[in-house]
Amino acid sequence: MSPAETYQSVVPLFAVLVSLVVVPLILVSAQRPNLRESWTIGASLAKFGLVASLLPHALAGRTAEVRLLEISPGIDFALRADPFGVFFALVASGLWVFTSFYSIGYVRGLNEHKQTRYFASFAVCLSATVGVAFAANVLTFVVFYEVLTVATYPLVIHKETPEAISGGRKYLAYTLTAGVLLIAATAWTYQVVGDLDFRAGGLLEGKSASVETVRGLFLLFILGVGVKAAIMPLHSWLPTAMVAPTPVSALLHAVAVVKAGVFGVVRVVGFVFGPSAMSAFGLSTILAIFAGATIIIASLLALSEDNLKRRLAYSTIGHLSYVVLGTALLTPASFAGGVLHIANHAAMKITLFFCAGAIYVNLHKENVSELDGIGRAMPWTMGAFTLAAAGLAGVPPVNGFVSKWYLGLGAIEADAQLPLVVLLLGGLLSAGYLIPIVYRAFFRPMAGEKGTREASALMVVPLVLTATLSVALGLAPNLFVHLHDLAMNISRSVIDGGTP
Amino acid sequence: MIQRNLPVLIPLVFLFASLVVSGFGIWKRQLAYPVALFATALAFGVALFGLQHVLTVGSISYRLGGWSPPIGIEYVLDPLAAFFTVVIVGIALLVLLHARIVVERELPERSVAYYAVSMLFLTGLSGIIITGDLFNLYVFVEIASLSGYALVAVGEKQAPVAAFRYLLVGTIGASFYLLGLCFIYLESGSLNMADVAKILPALHSKPTVVVGVLLIVVGMGIKMALFPMHGWLPDAYTYAASTSSALLAPIGTKVAAYVLVRVLFFGFGVEYVRTELPIADVISWLSAAGIIFGSVMAMAQLEMKRMLAYSSIAQIGYVGLGIGLASPLGFIGAVLHVLNHALMKSCLFLVAANVRTSIGHSTIPSFDDSLRRQMPWTMAAFSVAALSMIGIPPMAGFFSKWYLALAGIEQSQWVFVAVILASSLLNAVYFFRVWERVYLRRPVEKHPVVHSESRIESREVRPSMLVPTTVLAIGILAMGLLNALVVELIIRKAIPPGL
Repeated sequence: MSPAETYQSVVPLFAVLVSLVVVPLILVSAQRPNLRESWTIGASLAKFGLVASLLPHALAGRTAEVRLLEISPGIDFALRADPFGVFFALVASGLWVFTSFYSIGYVRGLNEHKQTRYFASFAVCLSATVGVAFAANVLTFVVFYEVLTVATYPLVIHKETPEAISGGRKYLAYTLTAGVLLIAATAWTYQVVGDLDFRAGGLLEGKSASVETVRGLFLLFILGVGVKAAIMPLHSWLPTAMVAPTPVSALLHAVAVVKAGVFGVVRVVGFVFGPSAMSAFGLSTILAIFAGATIIIASLLALSEDNLKRRLAYSTIGHLSYVVLGTALLTPASFAGGVLHIANHAAMKITLFFCAGAIYVNLHKENVSELDGIGRAMPWTMGAFTLAAAGLAGVPPVNGFVSKWYLGLGAIEADAQLPLVVLLLGGLLSAGYLIPIVYRAFFRPMAGEKGTREASALMVVPLVLTATLSVALGLAPNLFVHLHDLAMNISRSVIDGGTP
Repeated sequence: MIQRNLPVLIPLVFLFASLVVSGFGIWKRQLAYPVALFATALAFGVALFGLQHVLTVGSISYRLGGWSPPIGIEYVLDPLAAFFTVVIVGIALLVLLHARIVVERELPERSVAYYAVSMLFLTGLSGIIITGDLFNLYVFVEIASLSGYALVAVGEKQAPVAAFRYLLVGTIGASFYLLGLCFIYLESGSLNMADVAKILPALHSKPTVVVGVLLIVVGMGIKMALFPMHGWLPDAYTYAASTSSALLAPIGTKVAAYVLVRVLFFGFGVEYVRTELPIADVISWLSAAGIIFGSVMAMAQLEMKRMLAYSSIAQIGYVGLGIGLASPLGFIGAVLHVLNHALMKSCLFLVAANVRTSIGHSTIPSFDDSLRRQMPWTMAAFSVAALSMIGIPPMAGFFSKWYLALAGIEQSQWVFVAVILASSLLNAVYFFRVWERVYLRRPVEKHPVVHSESRIESREVRPSMLVPTTVLAIGILAMGLLNALVVELIIRKAIPPGL
């Protein structure tokens, strides 16, 4: 396969910067909330537009690239909108648009304090996320990854309660440690290979390195990105971080931050080590074992969790490992399925979090056991919840089915029975922890006053839209932004194009 | 013509300024500050010009009194020296810009003496950097040290005691250096560094030379607060006047590290300190221990300046570690960290000074979020510097760690790599301790009132203090992004021969 054609373009840079330049504007408009929020909305639309404009090129196999400056002798601070980067950036920036509207409804509905800090940090996070997506080499990736860590902190501790502050400490302890390990891995890779550019098929491909070195590097890398990807046993910051406001949990803990982690896993596996090194050194088996265990254990933990957001958090942990598992199986279908699941899970999980937030703002209920009959009070919200829940369980035609289909196909391709069992069991368990909520909401009698009381349109419309999007992407995976084709391209470039 | 005289100009400007400051100050007290500031600005200009000249044309050698080198005293401005003078004079300039209000507040009666002594201090530091003569270096060390003791002594109530301890320990350090120098002179018969470097290789195995080297390393180890010879530092930095600590902490110990580089790599030769007499190993192990010790101690401090003082012990460890690794990457990391740490630590000490000016103390447990609302800009600068200290890219602090980690990995020194990385996390702990209070802790009030941002009166410091603080914060970010330029254009040219 011929190497992808690259062309110089500043679009990736603008896509990263657009939400960063509005930060000062958000800060100076602190006294005028409507103006301040319009900056957020504007930036989210502009960001999505810029990323989307890169899509046709990415589909045609042309990669936009911009080299900014040398940040270490021999290593550039460079952005490259390769298909995988575009894929992730599309997901993150697209869902940011929904979250921006939803956030406004949420923080105003609860009359939250420090809204300026909230919106400003959010914008920085999105810049960092798109930076992670477009990073052309490991060092650039690390820079954005660390910025993302720091910029999320103010959002995690937003409530400023003792619980939030200790959650923030835990979050930082985990993510900063991971960042340090990632830096070590980066430096070591540079010393071994002398090059840090991500390459489909692996930058270590064809380089001589001892078994110990490769294994040590892999361990450091996976510990580095595995914390944000919440691979067990590195996951425990995530349920704790659920003290954050719900839109934060929705976008950052279902889309941007945790997905930056799994994005990192895919980058490490597919673009640093490459399939041949992964299987030759037995790395993929180890990764698959951890991912499989995470799926099962996290789902079991979700079953017993009464707090709705924490249950969703455990569900996230499980579903992130679907991506990791798909990556670790290293077949074309499983890899594509894993990549697709980044987008599909994001759409479904953001819906679920939006619903949880709408329930909280509207009825101040946080626990599953309090949700009896709530479907009658909030039919739209719970309808969306039902769709997304069915999708996570793998029911067609919601998009969760599509990615699971490919994952299953990949497991069969790899002739691996155990992963297949894990996938099926994971689907059943997903149903097991989500469907009872639907049952309670619609079939149990409601306590207290009757009548329809939906949350504000600013919250309900986004969540209905994301639920619709989930179904639409299930019916036509290529709808709007050709995510399906992109995922296939990415998978092919990594798995087949490994040795040019 | 001026180019040839560049090396001697910088110390001379400061020396002259110290005389003029005291002279004018007796006549009119208000004149002391502008004169000192002008002299520093002038010296900074000269230093910049010198750096530019050295990089484009080449090193400059100046013969004091016209005597030729082995006999006479030689001043040399090579890339390393030029880089250090720019860093030191630049930081001093920003600190002095900031100093006026702090000096008026903390040392109202002694401002003339303060400025005169600080000029003398800078004379010593710049002299140490530029001189090419081992004995002349001792003279400058003494000038810098004596004025350093004075700078510490004019601080708080406990300051004289701290200064006395500093004086005792510092004098021992200087004496060790002098003694070591005597041993070297005994064998080589020369005091000129370049000359000694030529003579010594034949005499490397002689016990006198070995003892001389060790004495010099110990002496400079004390001066740079290399663990476990750091005992004098915390009290000295804590009790000195805020502006003195801001001047001493970022650049004082760095100069001793510079002497170590000069003497070890340029004087005795890389091969000698790396293999024949593995002094480099000892330095790096001590530095690694110092990094952990300083960081852990910093976590336990209740006073911000004291916390920063312990953090300085840790940070000088990075420089020591880079020197001890004795490789090009280690050298780059060490020299870059001198610049980065000078920016970060001066920024942090200026923040401490701002907080003291505004609320009268800097005790961490009493901080709360009123501080953030009263001094948003100072606290923003603090955040930038702290993130850099933790090593969050793209701040400057990350990149010194990056080069040091590269150097450690290159030599398979995994312990050092682990220390460098672990210290990031320790730094995070002690800086987040401050952050949580400044940004998240509600003030304890007798009458709970609803806060509104507009009702909090701003107690932000005056622009003359705020501007240097923010310039340093911006400098930290800029140095992070532009570090490759500094490395490629300056530090690579300064790498000692044979490294």
